[in-house]
Amino acid sequence: MISFSGVEKRYSATDAALDGVSFDIFPGEFVFLVGHSGSGKSTAMKLLIKELEPTAGEIRVAGRDLAKIPRPRVPYYRRNLGVIFQDYKLLPNRTVYENVAYALQVTGGGRREIRDKVPDILRLTGLSTKLHNYPDQLSGGEQQRVAIARAFVNHPPLLIADEPTGNLDPETSIGIMQLLYRINQTGTTVLVATHDVAMVDKMRRRVIELADGRKIRDEQSAAYAAAESTREFAVRMRSAQG
Amino acid sequence: MKPVFFLREALRALKRNAIPSFAAMATVLVTVLVLGVFIPVVQATTGAANEVRGKVIADVYLKTDAKRADIERVDRLLKSEPMISKVEFISKDQAYKAERERNPKAYELLGSNPLPDTFRITPGNPDDIGKIRDALAPSAPGGGRTVVDPAIDEVRNREEDTNKILAVTNVVKITMALLAGLLGIASMLLIANTIRLSLYARRREVEVMKLVGATDWFIRWPFVLEGVIVGLFGGVVAILLLAVVKIAVVDPLAADFALIAAPETIDFPLLIGLLLVAAVSVSALGSGLSLRKFLRV
Ligand SMILES: Nc1ncnc2c1ncn2[C@@H]1O[C@H](COP(=O)(O)OP(=O)(O)OP(=O)(O)O)[C@@H](O)[C@H]1O
Ligand SMILES: [Mg+2]
Repeated sequence: MISFSGVEKRYSATDAALDGVSFDIFPGEFVFLVGHSGSGKSTAMKLLIKELEPTAGEIRVAGRDLAKIPRPRVPYYRRNLGVIFQDYKLLPNRTVYENVAYALQVTGGGRREIRDKVPDILRLTGLSTKLHNYPDQLSGGEQQRVAIARAFVNHPPLLIADEPTGNLDPETSIGIMQLLYRINQTGTTVLVATHDVAMVDKMRRRVIELADGRKIRDEQSAAYAAAESTREFAVRMRSAQG
Repeated sequence: MKPVFFLREALRALKRNAIPSFAAMATVLVTVLVLGVFIPVVQATTGAANEVRGKVIADVYLKTDAKRADIERVDRLLKSEPMISKVEFISKDQAYKAERERNPKAYELLGSNPLPDTFRITPGNPDDIGKIRDALAPSAPGGGRTVVDPAIDEVRNREEDTNKILAVTNVVKITMALLAGLLGIASMLLIANTIRLSLYARRREVEVMKLVGATDWFIRWPFVLEGVIVGLFGGVVAILLLAVVKIAVVDPLAADFALIAAPETIDFPLLIGLLLVAAVSVSALGSGLSLRKFLRV
């Protein structure tokens, strides 16, 4: 699904934010990208959505070489990805409902489609009571969930989340992870960047670790219960916490 | 393209960004108002200057013994000169009658008619008057002038007056053209800048739209429509004000003063049409183009 080979990104000539990183992620996987602050996680995400271009190496998504996508086609490529940004990136002048609807409108989705899909995804993310609030009237966790709803409303084959539990309390974090897990169970490939190591350990999923822009670890957790239901997952997460 | 969706988006943006939108509208309004007053003033001034320049003429005096054949030959010669636009013949009898009316006593004393037949010529371009004179009466090497036709006695223009008229009216016309150009440029920069400021405040929003998969034109159309609405509103209000001023102040005065109703002033409907088209297109193009920078995500 995603393949990095020898990817390097330098913001300046002296030091590299990513330095020769290679990995492959397969369809349906749930993968964590971890590392200390400044290790290059967000940079990898930005390369994936073609917000930035790598200075060397090749990135392929669903078999396509990102460097070969011409500028006018980039929006169409981005519609196949659901992206949850570290800073949410909600549209400040739109309500929760309109923010989520916008992701459908850009793809040419009509009113019927919006009326069908938006309430569903907002129910799934637990935002049904906040439809008409503007982003500045929401808590951090609620904004995060709007970002998830927007990223997933198109049911993209690949969901990438940068720090989706960044500033949230453990209980809310579990709620968000449970949501991502549920999305993953529908067949969507999920890549989550985070520095919340405790959370990652509890999830027991594949982990790719970066340090100073280099890959230092890539391993499958041993006790990996692939068929775990969302409820079982949540129970295990909470018990591990105590 | 979905016009209804884009129009709704434009209206929403105007509502949610009321203050910058209002500032842009006010800018368009003031600019159109100033242009609407200035354009007729420039035209009236230029028209007046041209009218004065139309008075630049030269007289071609024939010898007093010129025969009918001489007169016809000189007439053909003058009419074949491309720099001359109008040739008027004043016979010695006509000249005598006119002069005697102006100054009966002096002409009483003279008895006979001392005046020659004359051609009064008007140049196509007043600035050519000197060249025409040189063509008809080239300067002779020893000073003085010869003439191109033996029947011509002398070619005369009132040199002092002519030069003054040409110099002054040229300065007036150039100044007006310069002012009009500067004002036009200033208006466009002012409108473009106001729009750029209001877009700058929304560049994050544009970036986010790009990142969730919107194409450039999907983002741009609402901004262009917003520009059209701003230009239309500012333009229409300015034109209403201009119309009020015209009906209440200029029209009553025009009955009394010829200058205000100068013949070369643009018609009001054409003027407002031009201003409205300019306001809408500058504002729409301004929004569409200023956006380009922020779409590079
Ligand atoms: N736009 C930029 N210009 C210059 N340097 C940058 C830029 N963005 C990131 N960097 C640098 O690149 C390195 C990696 O940054 P990145 O944002 O990828 O880290 P991160 O792993 O996401 O960190 P965090 O966990 O704090 O979000 C850092 O050293 C950072 O200072
Ligand atoms: Mg980051």
